[in-house]
Amino acid sequence: MRNAALRIAVCIKRVADSETRVRIAADGRSLDEAGVKFILNPYDEFAVEEALQRKEKAGAGEVVVLALGGPAAQETIRTALAMGADRGILLQTDRVPADGLETAKALAAELKAGGPWDLVLFGKIAIDDYNHQVGPMVAELLDLPCVTAAAHLDLADGNGTAEREIEGGVEVVEFPLPAVITADKGLNEPRYPALKGIMAAKKKPLEVKPISPGAGGVEVLAMTPPPERKEGRIVGEGAGAVPELLRILREEAKVL
Amino acid sequence: MSAVLAVTEQRGGALRKVSHEVVTGARRLADQLGATVDALVLGAGPVSGSDRLGAFGADKVVTLTGAGLGAYAPEGYARAIADRVKAGGYAAVLFAASATGKDLAPRVAAKLSVGLAADVTDVAAEGGAVIASRPVYAGKAILKVKLTGQPALVSLRPNVFTPVERPKAGAAEMAAVSVAPGRVTVKDVKAATGSLDVGEAPVVISGGRGLKEPANFKLLEDLAKAFGGRAAVGASRAVVDAGWRPHADQVGQTGKTVSPTLYIAVGISGAIQHLAGMRTSKVIVAINKDKDAPIFKVADYGVVGDLFEIVPRLSEEIAKLHA
Repeated sequence: MRNAALRIAVCIKRVADSETRVRIAADGRSLDEAGVKFILNPYDEFAVEEALQRKEKAGAGEVVVLALGGPAAQETIRTALAMGADRGILLQTDRVPADGLETAKALAAELKAGGPWDLVLFGKIAIDDYNHQVGPMVAELLDLPCVTAAAHLDLADGNGTAEREIEGGVEVVEFPLPAVITADKGLNEPRYPALKGIMAAKKKPLEVKPISPGAGGVEVLAMTPPPERKEGRIVGEGAGAVPELLRILREEAKVL
Repeated sequence: MSAVLAVTEQRGGALRKVSHEVVTGARRLADQLGATVDALVLGAGPVSGSDRLGAFGADKVVTLTGAGLGAYAPEGYARAIADRVKAGGYAAVLFAASATGKDLAPRVAAKLSVGLAADVTDVAAEGGAVIASRPVYAGKAILKVKLTGQPALVSLRPNVFTPVERPKAGAAEMAAVSVAPGRVTVKDVKAATGSLDVGEAPVVISGGRGLKEPANFKLLEDLAKAFGGRAAVGASRAVVDAGWRPHADQVGQTGKTVSPTLYIAVGISGAIQHLAGMRTSKVIVAINKDKDAPIFKVADYGVVGDLFEIVPRLSEEIAKLHA
């Protein structure tokens, strides 16, 4: 790794914790946020950690975190700052677009204005909307190479090698920097913010920029509970229940 | 007449099975839209299996060949597909939400400047518009969206759209395209040890902490073998975090989302994060010694008891069925 300062941007998102009990809001189209615990998207933690490690290894540089969301996303940015990121930018809007491309456009515009970057990192997916698209869309809009779902990353002399899981194997890909990488589990072990980091984060710069993203081409019609699974039943106890289980799977469920 | 484009996948010059699902989904949507189906195949040369796509509902199979289209590379593929979509005037473009499709579809969407409904479990036409349903919040809610852009881009969750064969052959069109090489290139594909991926296997048998130690996964591998090559062995987050099994086998929110015909959870309590990865399975069987384990709440059929007695017996009986 050449010992040059690295400029790294990490795009993060404030999401409902996966343990949240989901209640649908009165509008029938969104999450009722009352009582919901919000966290830094777990895959974005891998992205923040990777940025910090890369900067530490290079010995110099800057890690900037960007988020798009409401005023409360400032807390999420502070979490990343407490981990060690240098400064944050909140693209503030009350409405996170349902269309990932609108989010990507807003992030790409900010990244372009604040660039150039050596690396732009994302989590591979946000655990609230499961869109898995904003990272590669930003890459396309900025005309950068992109590797999604990277579980291993090597950088040397302005080039990178990454590994990503595919069905039945692992793909090894090469690319030049600058690049967009979306982080998968396994890339690293994210650090917990230490008390010192949490105190320091309060003083780090956090810029709030109001934006008005477009409506885009994805219109939410409804949010509904998942279809109820038919009430299950206990077939029996112990190995003696196996013949009956098989009969059911063959004759009722018809899956054997 | 408008058309729906089904983007297929190949690896090593052979069509992947998930392509049949994409063509089947495209056929279903096209019938509702009163449209035809073009199946798009990309490769360095002819791709084996592409002649069978007509049987899954393609009216026409369009093969684009080029030196840069052998192994999947995001930029060249995205460019070739976007060019084809612009030239063809499609109403909708369908992808698989596979490792490749998740990488590719967003790039194509950004190139065409249209929205993408990703990893959908249902797609339909209502009043001429494309409507998609997608699980959100770890599968605890379903979001129904309308795509207002033209074309509508959708990626389909693997294993949800069961391929339907019909007795009809499609026409074939072959075109050579010149694709500039992209910056991201695949250097190598390291094959995993198991031949079937948990994300694609019709039967998935997953194990958790209840197996007590890594060596006991042999019980599940034996059961998978009894299914005669149709089953893959998965794992809960707890055992992957403990290093018993590779991350590639993990089923759940931080692992893979699977929708097999039959899912057998063995010694898995059923944490929300696990359920997020398997609740769209068609039939769920749970084997657990704790009758109050949450997994029994989503399971269609449960057996309470000692998995070390139940699983070997199950393997024996399944093997008899396949003998």
